[in-house]
Amino acid sequence: MSVEIALLTIFILSIFVGFEVVSKVSTILHTPLMSGANAIHGVILVGAIIVTGHADNNLELGLGLVAVVLATINMVGGFVVTDRMLELFKSKKSNKTGEKK
Amino acid sequence: MTPAWAQIGNLAAALAFIFALKALSSPKSARLGNRVGATGAIAAVAIIFFSESNLKHLLLILIAVAFGTIIGFTAARRVQMTQMPQMVALFNGVGGGAAMAVAAIEFLSVGASNGFVALFATVFTIVIGSVSFTGSIVTFLKLQELMTSRPVVLPLGRFITIGTALTTLFVSVYLIVSPEIWAMWTLVVLSLILGILFVLPVGGADVPIVISLLNAFTGLSVAASGYVLDNVLLLVAGTLVGASGTLLTQLMAKAMGRPLTSTLFGAFTAKASTATGSAVDRPVKSAGPNDIAIMLTYASKVIIVPGYGLAVAQAQQTLRELVDLLITKGVEVEYAIHPVAGRMPGHMNVLLAEADVPYEQLKEMDEINSEFSSASVAVVVGANDVVNPAARTDSTSPIFGMPILNADQAEQVVFMKRSMRPGFAGVENELLFNDKTTLLFGDAKDSLSKVVAAVKTM
Repeated sequence: MSVEIALLTIFILSIFVGFEVVSKVSTILHTPLMSGANAIHGVILVGAIIVTGHADNNLELGLGLVAVVLATINMVGGFVVTDRMLELFKSKKSNKTGEKK
Repeated sequence: MTPAWAQIGNLAAALAFIFALKALSSPKSARLGNRVGATGAIAAVAIIFFSESNLKHLLLILIAVAFGTIIGFTAARRVQMTQMPQMVALFNGVGGGAAMAVAAIEFLSVGASNGFVALFATVFTIVIGSVSFTGSIVTFLKLQELMTSRPVVLPLGRFITIGTALTTLFVSVYLIVSPEIWAMWTLVVLSLILGILFVLPVGGADVPIVISLLNAFTGLSVAASGYVLDNVLLLVAGTLVGASGTLLTQLMAKAMGRPLTSTLFGAFTAKASTATGSAVDRPVKSAGPNDIAIMLTYASKVIIVPGYGLAVAQAQQTLRELVDLLITKGVEVEYAIHPVAGRMPGHMNVLLAEADVPYEQLKEMDEINSEFSSASVAVVVGANDVVNPAARTDSTSPIFGMPILNADQAEQVVFMKRSMRPGFAGVENELLFNDKTTLLFGDAKDSLSKVVAAVKTM
C-alpha cells in the first residue's frame, strides 16, 4: 500500500469518526463543543514548529514564528476557554435551591 | 522518518482528540473530555520537539510558544462569559492564519518539487486557512459590535464575491500547474479578501453558524497541511474537527430552522426589509416597576425569556433573586431558553449556570412552547428577535422561518428593554406594539432590582 493510499484511508475513516462522535450532542453543549473542537485544531502548532525548525531564510523564519504564536494562542486559549465554560455546568447539581415553597 | 515511539505517541494523541470530542457531547463527561484533549495536544507538541531531527531555531520557537501561551491563557481567563462567542471566533481565526502560514512556508521552501497532490493540498490550505482567518476576524468585529451586526451588502456585492471566488479558483489552478512564488502571494491576498466578502453579508443572528462553519474550515486546512507535511496526527485531528464541525454547523442551522444556504447567501437574495419608518411614533404601553411587581406577584405562572441584553447588563443574579422571591410567593416560574439565546447555541445556559440558576428551571424551546398559552405573564428580559412573531408570519423578514418562543401566546407580556432599538437581527418587533404587552424601560439590572424591591414590599 502506497503512502498516498494509506493517508487517504486515514482521512476517510477520520471523517466518519468525526461525524459519529458528535451526532448525539445536546443543544446546550453546542458552544462548548465548538470551542473544544476549535482548540483541537490548534495542533497545527506541531506543523508550525516543523516548518519553522527547517526555515532557511529570514522570511520563512519570521512567518514561521508568527504561525507558532498564532497556533499556540489557538490551542492554549481554546482549551482554557472551554474549560471555563464547562466549569459552570459542573457546579449546578450541588446546589438545589428554588424547590422550597 | 519519524521514530516508532513518536508514531505511537501521535496515535495516543489522536485517540485523546476522538475521546475529547465524544466526551464533549455529554454534560457529565464534557470537562474531563476537554482536559484529555488538552493533554493530547501538549503531548503532541512535546513529541515533535524530541522526535523531529535537526530542528533549528529552537530557542526562538520556544520563546514564540511561551509568548503565545501567555496571550492565549490571559485572553481566555480574562474574557467575560458574555463575550465568549467572539473569543472563540478569534481563536479559530488565528488557527486558520497559522495553517495558512505553514502552507505558505512549505511552498516557499519545497514548492515545485512537491508532487501534484501535495501542491493541491498546499493550495487548499492557503485558501481555506486565509478565508477562515479574515472571516473570523469579521465575525469578531460583528459580535464585539465594532462594526454593524446587520448584513453588509456592497453594491453589486454578489458579483464582486462571485468574481473574487472565480479569480481565486483560477489562481489556485494556475499555482498547481505552474508553482510560482508571485502566484502564491496573489492567492494569499485574494483568499484573505474572499474571507471578508464571505462573512460581510451574514446577518447578526446567523453569525454563530458561520463561526462553526469557519471552525470546520480551519479543521480541513489543518488536515490538508498534515498531508503536505506527512504528519498523520495533523491529518487525523484536522479531519476530525472538519467533519464534526460540519455536522455541528448543520445541527445549529437546524436548531435555528435556517437552511445553511440561506444563512450564508440570504442577504443577497432577500430584499432589504422595508423597515416601517414610522415605528418610532407608534404607541406602546409602558409601566413602572411597581405595576410589574403587582402583575408578577399575583400571577399563577410566569415564564422568563432571558436574552443577551440580560447578560450585557450582568443582571443574571438579580433575575435569579426575583425568580426565587416569586417562587416563595407561590408563583410557578420557569425560564424559556431559545436555542440561540445569547449569541451562540447554549450560550444562555452557560450564562445562567454562572448565576447558579437551578438546571431544572431551564426549559428548552420544544419543551416550553406549548406552556406559554397557560402562562399568566411572559417576561422578556433583554431578548427581542427570539420572540418576534414576524419569524412565523412575515416571509420578507430576514428572520422568517427561525423557530421562536411563543411569548405572544401568554396572557400578558412584559418587555424589559433599554430602548426601542431593534434586536441583533435589526428587525422591528410587532409584539412590542401588541395590546397585551407592557414595557419597562431601563437597564435590565436596574429594572430588575427595582421590581425585586417592589415585590418584597408585597
